[in-house]
Amino acid sequence: MTVAELPQLVVPESSFKREVERLSGENVSTCFQCEKCTNGCPLHSWMDILPHRMMRCVQLGVKEEALRSDTIWVCASCETCTARCPNGIDIAHVMDTLRQISQRDHVPASQRSVPIFHNAFLGSIKRHGRVYEGAMAITYSFKNESWAGVFKLAGMGMAMFRKGKVNIIPKRVRSLGQIKDIFRRTELKG
Amino acid sequence: MDVSIYPGCSLDGTAKEYGESLEAITSMLGVNLHELKDWNCCGASSAHSMNNDLAVALAARNLGIADQMGMDLVVPCAACYQRLKVAEKRLVAGEKLEGVDNYDGKIHIKPLVDFLWDDVGEKQILSLLKKRLEGLNPVCYYGCLTARPPKITDAKSPENPMSMDEIMTCLGANVRQWSYKTDCCGGSLILTRPDIARTLIRKLLDMAEEAGADCVVAACPMCQSNLDGRQREISQESGKEYNVPIFYFTELMGLACGNPSVKKWLGRHVTDPRPLLTRKSLV
Ligand code: SF4
Ligand code: SF4
Repeated sequence: MTVAELPQLVVPESSFKREVERLSGENVSTCFQCEKCTNGCPLHSWMDILPHRMMRCVQLGVKEEALRSDTIWVCASCETCTARCPNGIDIAHVMDTLRQISQRDHVPASQRSVPIFHNAFLGSIKRHGRVYEGAMAITYSFKNESWAGVFKLAGMGMAMFRKGKVNIIPKRVRSLGQIKDIFRRTELKG
Repeated sequence: MDVSIYPGCSLDGTAKEYGESLEAITSMLGVNLHELKDWNCCGASSAHSMNNDLAVALAARNLGIADQMGMDLVVPCAACYQRLKVAEKRLVAGEKLEGVDNYDGKIHIKPLVDFLWDDVGEKQILSLLKKRLEGLNPVCYYGCLTARPPKITDAKSPENPMSMDEIMTCLGANVRQWSYKTDCCGGSLILTRPDIARTLIRKLLDMAEEAGADCVVAACPMCQSNLDGRQREISQESGKEYNVPIFYFTELMGLACGNPSVKKWLGRHVTDPRPLLTRKSLV
């Protein structure tokens, strides 16, 4: 067989890949599966799709599995993968993008507590401009319907209170209008 | 020396002792800290996980304020630092963000620990030294986000940062080397998947022990509270007793420089560091 006769390798152009690349600004196409990202990932034992496999899913348009995965919600955003990728792919940012697509498309999160936590955190910022740690943690536990969590937090809260680490009155941003404005401007269109 | 500071949300709550000790030590060193006027939360992991534009806009508002104040900006929290640097890179690249006009990147943004070592410097620190940290064997723990990713953080040595090691060494501590300086402690999962976070924390505590350390020194409120606050649970779970003091580097600087408030700071820890310091005749 001559070179000219070799069958063409066809990589399907997936619309999912185009979407992820457009939203993240990352060139996922350049991933050549060297696995450096996965080898350094401290969370890999809890992932169902390893980071390098996730890049492959994006390339090939394996959308459902990617968006339903544990991986996108247990990734701790430690940036080890991003720091080490020889192709300069910001993998942690691709994980962010996948989380955001899954939320936008109302895909149920495999780790439901994680987006609940993030929303409680952002709610605190929206209300105060800052995170009021105690109240945020309690809101999260209620929304997560974890009574054990609420009691545990109450216990921890008391211990923190005794150590002088709990403020009774949240410290707020004075120009709260600016913060509300930022939230309004950047609101995601579902 | 005058610099502005972005304190972040924990310094006044769970990391109160960090806030107190950093104020004390910077003032001893002749640094005037100017808190960013009316700063807001940087958004931490939650904003960038859920909404990228929100994350950048929240961080950028603070940079607009810093720019107006016109002084270099120091940041005592790794996560805040990284979020501010992400916004900085976007602004410097010419992105227009409402409320931040003509940002030209003339102010430098630095992690507090790097600022104290690179800009304030050894000579100034040594001039305050009263009691060498003789006999103390710490490992320095930098966490994820002051280092990574280097194209954002501009970290000189992202896999092996040294500023905290240098400060502790110059104060007389016997700093141990280990390869877990920038490994993740699972901070962002501490409420949602505490089981995972505990596994990662335990690994760090074990590796510190293996390196011959008797304590850990941290430069981030997330890292410190994560490592400090979960040791009882980890002991119960594993059947091995964990009792490793987790200091803020500013507390040990205060101790070595004879600041009278050290006892108050240390009293706020969950894992009591005072027995170790008593054994080493440092308090
Ligand atoms: S490190 Fe980069 S190139 Fe290598 S597998 Fe991971 S994403 Fe692909
Ligand atoms: S950012 Fe996420 S995927 Fe990357 S190494 Fe860290 S935990 Fe793993």
